Amino acid sequence: MNLKVQNNKAWFLVLPVLLLVAFSAVIPLMTVVNYSVQDIFDNSRVYVGTEWYREVLNDPRLQASLIRQFIFSGSVLLIEIPLGILVALMMPTKGRMASLCLVVLAMPLLIPWNVVGTIWQIFGRADIGLMGAFLNGIGVNYNYASNPTDAWFTVLLMDVWHWTSLVALLCYSGLRAIPDAYYQAAKIDQASAWAVFRYIQLPKLRNVLVIGVLLRFMDSFMIYAEPFVLTGGGPGNSTTFLSQTLTKMAIGQFDLGPAAAFSLVYFLIVLLVSWLFFTTITHLDNKK
Amino acid sequence: MEWMAWSQVTAIFFISIGVILVCMVVAEIKCPTIERKGFLPIIATTRGDRLFIGLLGSAYIHLFFLAVSEQSVWIAFGISVVWLISVLRWG
Repeated sequence: MNLKVQNNKAWFLVLPVLLLVAFSAVIPLMTVVNYSVQDIFDNSRVYVGTEWYREVLNDPRLQASLIRQFIFSGSVLLIEIPLGILVALMMPTKGRMASLCLVVLAMPLLIPWNVVGTIWQIFGRADIGLMGAFLNGIGVNYNYASNPTDAWFTVLLMDVWHWTSLVALLCYSGLRAIPDAYYQAAKIDQASAWAVFRYIQLPKLRNVLVIGVLLRFMDSFMIYAEPFVLTGGGPGNSTTFLSQTLTKMAIGQFDLGPAAAFSLVYFLIVLLVSWLFFTTITHLDNKK
Repeated sequence: MEWMAWSQVTAIFFISIGVILVCMVVAEIKCPTIERKGFLPIIATTRGDRLFIGLLGSAYIHLFFLAVSEQSVWIAFGISVVWLISVLRWG
């Protein structure tokens, strides 16, 4: 048997990326692990083992934040994914209007997170805000600063406004990549619009939808600036999500140990859900 | 040990992970992995997939144990080792 020896020198080209990832992600993560088993106060450190993990896992405040976070991310996905597909399907395929739609859709994505929060803070105000004043004008008792339901509605609406464009743009690019031959075959078969969507467009959109779902899940699960600026986590704690609780713990109270332990739990949740999404989709691909 | 606030336990933990990864590289060179279907539901896995699932599962076993029990974390560690070996061998 004459096996050709493979030249693996190209692996050295991966080294810069490896170093970059090490300095930007792996080493900070290692530090967080170190902090999570110690009580750090000023310059002194005391090893506490798994104490912080027990504390954060049984902390009702963090459990409530986690539940709120799952509800928020689930709602975001349930609204933004179908809406994004719908917007992409309704967009013109060519001409000036297509370009105009693309520019308009891209605009919310260009606005920084904290500015989005400020825009919606003013927009939703019951006294001077366009939406808040309008709703109160037509008799709806809307006030996001005092009513938890209104606060949730506003935070969700803000996120939908900010990020549905991303899903729409991804779906639009997916739709444009479908060859005309598919539509011609559907026309010959006199397929209904629903059949075209169900059997041609939706299967072809799967890959972009995976990216869209993953991006939106991870991003919504880590949301911080927008609700922080808009509601400050209130009224009460009704819109306090995980990252806000974590920030309060790490920077507000300087409880670095519990904050590090909770960061790792947070990281493991994101890792598990992302892996489940990725594996499910890869499995579906292989099955085909 | 002052650098990055290292403690002996975390150093051992990361060294162990590093050793496992080196062993995986050596194993891959000596005997390249073949995707197969074991007791894990739905998916066929490579050796690396099984290691990832084993380690992630171990992390969750520890978290679950810490959340519900006051007993020593070494029990969770024992369960995790059994889980990791089972996944690598039969997963």
